[in-house]
Amino acid sequence: MEVFLGAVINGIALGMAYALIAVGYSMVFGILRLINFSHAAVYAFGAYMVYFFISLKFGLLPAILAAILLSGLLAVLIDQVALKPLRTKASVPIASLITTIGVSFIIQNFLSMDSIFTSEKKGFPSLNLFGNIQFGNLTIQSSQVIMFFTALFLLGLLTFIVQKTRLGLAMRATEQNQRAAHLMGVNVNYVISAAFFIGGASAAISGALIGGYYQIISPTMGAIIGLKAFSAAVVGGIGILYGSVVGGLVVGISETVAAQYLGSNVRDPMAFVILILILIIKPNGLFGKKGISKV
Amino acid sequence: MLEIKGLHVHYGYIHALKGIDLSVGQGEIVTLIGANGAGKSTTLNAVCGLVKASAGSIHLEGEDITNKAPYRIVQRRVSQAPEGREVFPMLTVNENLRMGAFTVTNQETISRSYERVFGLFPRLKEREKQIAGTLSGGEQQMLAIGRALMSSPKLLLLDEPSMGLAPNLVLLIFDLIKSINEQGVTILLIEQNANIALSIAKRAYVLETGNVVLSGEAASLRSDPAVQRAYLGG
Repeated sequence: MEVFLGAVINGIALGMAYALIAVGYSMVFGILRLINFSHAAVYAFGAYMVYFFISLKFGLLPAILAAILLSGLLAVLIDQVALKPLRTKASVPIASLITTIGVSFIIQNFLSMDSIFTSEKKGFPSLNLFGNIQFGNLTIQSSQVIMFFTALFLLGLLTFIVQKTRLGLAMRATEQNQRAAHLMGVNVNYVISAAFFIGGASAAISGALIGGYYQIISPTMGAIIGLKAFSAAVVGGIGILYGSVVGGLVVGISETVAAQYLGSNVRDPMAFVILILILIIKPNGLFGKKGISKV
Repeated sequence: MLEIKGLHVHYGYIHALKGIDLSVGQGEIVTLIGANGAGKSTTLNAVCGLVKASAGSIHLEGEDITNKAPYRIVQRRVSQAPEGREVFPMLTVNENLRMGAFTVTNQETISRSYERVFGLFPRLKEREKQIAGTLSGGEQQMLAIGRALMSSPKLLLLDEPSMGLAPNLVLLIFDLIKSINEQGVTILLIEQNANIALSIAKRAYVLETGNVVLSGEAASLRSDPAVQRAYLGG
């Protein structure tokens, strides 16, 4: 029982961090109907920025804040430099999609350059700041608790922004009808940049959390986790914020429970097994709306 | 108030507007009539900044607003109730109206706008918490017009407000358009139903394939045999 509970708790903590990445996919998809595959690389970039600022003798928190800012700006920059020109020229949606994949490799390779961080894995400061908490035979790491509550708080904050602020209203309106949003006086370009910034910043926080959890980072760290978070977004119904949270939890828990009982080889494929199963039963994801098309 | 000179718009290879001159005076209702594809909506969208002018100019109260970003046009108190209503389907009636006042920051002004819109359209008040996508066509049209009024526009652009509505609703909507105009809002109206448009407008322009082919007082156009034959079923 303790073993099972331990796996579930581990899954919940990881799942919340996945959710934090998933909302980035979801927000950009909601507004642009574009799957932004560069998002995973921004996640890795965020973790490396934390590493970088800590090596400059910043404290953990200031390093994370700086990384959040830079990652948010990187995401905005990606959009402005590589994606916005395609939008203004009304190019085919697939062009933007392939561009985001390309950008993701550019960032990944930038991080692995010998003059930058090299392709070797780097040690990352542990997030297990308060040691372990013992309940009988059940051990909970404080890193899991920190990961869970940080992600919970941020997801709550994001929900508040989307539901209760003027920017959030503009985002929801832009999602539903971009032309009409223009006519209401929404600066749609600003809304798009805000979505990229929020996504990038959340990814950086997730990078710091997951980096600190495994205590190791690598330039390719975004590849698998990015796909899992993307699965989480799709499982929950892409474009829907709370869907990403539920999706993240589903992916996280099934991954850790599977690893516990079926062996660690099953860990990574599990997210995709779940993705396929859920999509067969509910093609639009658990909370997905019908009738959203485009790539 | 609005002065359009030599306006050209291209969509790729399609030359949608071929040098249109048009003016709307303070307090007027001016209507654009013409067949599908004549360039009526394109004209409105060029004013709103949704489509780019390839040549020509658009001035609002003497200020050049040609090719300004759409949100800059709304800030200058020009708003549009677009063709097909284009309400935000998943937002409530209240939130749709709030979106209409997006450029307004003063809370008091916003509450006054709500009152004004609910005064004109009591039905919207009844449906305030309802999701806009579940409204009937007529209610959605009221919402689209109400939403456009929330920014307290000086110039209101209406694109096919009667489209798809039952005849009694059409009369209701046009009565409301008249009362909005009497509140001091200048109106540029596109309408398929030329008869009713000419009956409330002061002046009118007839568009054909991107050109203005006729213009003048609405009353005289109404009795023009060519207009009667082409647009009034006469």
